[in-house]
Amino acid sequence: MTTETLKTKASVLENLVAVRAMIRRHKRNDVIFAAIGLIALMLGLLTLLTLFLDLVMDGYPRFTLEFFSNFPSRRAANAGLLSAWVGSLLVMTVTFLTAVPMGVAAGLYLEEYAPKNWFSDLIEINVSNLAGVPSIIYGLLALGLFVYGLGLGESILTAGLTLGLLTLPVVIVSTREAIRGIPVAIREAAYAVGATKWQVVKDHVVKYSQGGILTGVIIGMSRAIGETAPIITIGALTFIAFLPPTPITEVAPFINFEWLSSGFTVLPIQMFNWLSRPDHAFHTNAAATGAIIIVVTLLMNGTAIYLRYQIRKNIKW
Amino acid sequence: MNTATNMQNQSTALSISPRLAKNVRRNIKERVIELILMLAALSAVFTTFAIVAILLYESLGFFKVVSLVEFFTSTEWTPLFEDAHYGIMPLVSGTLTTSAVALAVAVPVGTIGAIYLSEFASHKTREIVKPMLELLVGVPTIAFGYFALLFVTPLLQKVFPELPGFNMLSAGIVMGVMIVPYIASVAEDAMRAVPMSMREGSYAMGATRFQTAIRVVTPAAVSGIVAAYILAISRAVGETMVVAVAAGQQPTLTFNPMDGAATITAYIVQVAMGDLPHGSIGYQSIFAAGLVLFALTLGFNIIGHIVRKKFREQY
Repeated sequence: MTTETLKTKASVLENLVAVRAMIRRHKRNDVIFAAIGLIALMLGLLTLLTLFLDLVMDGYPRFTLEFFSNFPSRRAANAGLLSAWVGSLLVMTVTFLTAVPMGVAAGLYLEEYAPKNWFSDLIEINVSNLAGVPSIIYGLLALGLFVYGLGLGESILTAGLTLGLLTLPVVIVSTREAIRGIPVAIREAAYAVGATKWQVVKDHVVKYSQGGILTGVIIGMSRAIGETAPIITIGALTFIAFLPPTPITEVAPFINFEWLSSGFTVLPIQMFNWLSRPDHAFHTNAAATGAIIIVVTLLMNGTAIYLRYQIRKNIKW
Repeated sequence: MNTATNMQNQSTALSISPRLAKNVRRNIKERVIELILMLAALSAVFTTFAIVAILLYESLGFFKVVSLVEFFTSTEWTPLFEDAHYGIMPLVSGTLTTSAVALAVAVPVGTIGAIYLSEFASHKTREIVKPMLELLVGVPTIAFGYFALLFVTPLLQKVFPELPGFNMLSAGIVMGVMIVPYIASVAEDAMRAVPMSMREGSYAMGATRFQTAIRVVTPAAVSGIVAAYILAISRAVGETMVVAVAAGQQPTLTFNPMDGAATITAYIVQVAMGDLPHGSIGYQSIFAAGLVLFALTLGFNIIGHIVRKKFREQY
């Protein structure tokens, strides 16, 4: 009995050293893995940084005012982005005007009005499904429906509507998330003083969720501005040496809608066009355009992220 | 509850008092607004149906000329040539190869990143890293295309001198980096859904963080992690600009990432850049290709969502 206890004690002591070594080893594994994890996550960021620096360095000679005020040209050094950035701006206007009202309205309906039944489920399944549809499929939809079906042609209106549909799920989802954060008590208080449903929604729900909605809208717009595939699919021209008619005229009624049916090009299309030319001089233009697009989208995303951070920090229900 | 009183109001209002008449107007306004909001929500359903309808309608014209047997068994895809062949397989092989390369990059990196974010990172680190990953997602894919063609390919050519200028390897790698944040965030969600008590049980047994992460949290969250992979495949399959710029335009039946080959998406872009008459077989062929692409991504998305739902119900 005693000898056995002694033996066990000795082996325990022996083991203790081994166990301590094991613990040290395992703790080291923790540190090593944490380092690997951080590196894995930084890989993406490093790529982004390399990509951006690469674009800036390659496109450096084109960062001039002429690059923004010239039309595309057969000579790389004279070619500019004028028609592309004006086109992007106009297309985004249409996208904004379609995606935001429709998306916010749909989000409001799904969160505030929709009864729990198969019909609401159908809508919800469709929204989440649409978010996973590749953007080029939206291009095919637009080609069949807008360009030929409705006869809108390869116009700014077609492109804007296409990107509007593409952005819609983003706006719907962020609207719903923003609304979900509002406590029921706020709604009940409004009902208690006799407000109708729409008054509650308009004066309280929308008002308190507008920051969150805005965040989603900015993210959706920044995604739309860089979208290339659907715009190519609807057959946007790449060599546009003219500007669409101006939306604001000097004579009454001061607003004209001819620009909606005008041909156009946008920044990413212009970049793709320059990039697919064999002449390396045009790659410089492509790089400069890429750097500009990245700056614009990063600024928009950064604003959205900052905004969300501020909202989270400031609102405590 | 509301409807009953509303109905009563409507039937008796006009004869009783101006106040109730105002109520009626109010109710009508409420109804109209609800209808408008519902129509906006229905646009999502309409979009889905329109996509399916357009793809099917235009593909129908295509399949009147091309038999399904040829579509799925022919090994050549040359709809725009004199000697036209309509086998979708070369495009599918290109799509699958680039996606496989992308996943080979994104799965290990994304999973490790997710484990780190969920189990190791402090609150502060997470608050900094996650927005940065979001920024990465926001970068337009055409910029990544430039990067693949003019930065990664020349770099790879130093290692593999025989690598062609257009190849699926560099397009796949860049696509993989693009997908990492997506896998990381979906897999992290799954891991954070694992109840704290399971981790605490593991720590109480003397396990380290790493052991807990690998042997307790990961197995418990495995269906969510797998769902992240499946949803990532769908992303990779539908990705367009990187492959259109860097992977090549020639439909080739090959699974070798060192070759250049067109994907389904690259083919659609290539045709759309040209000037094909509406209603021609070439025009219809991009819808047939689009239908295959849509079916592929929809399939992966549905499987992904089913797998993902499962882990939510587990605890």
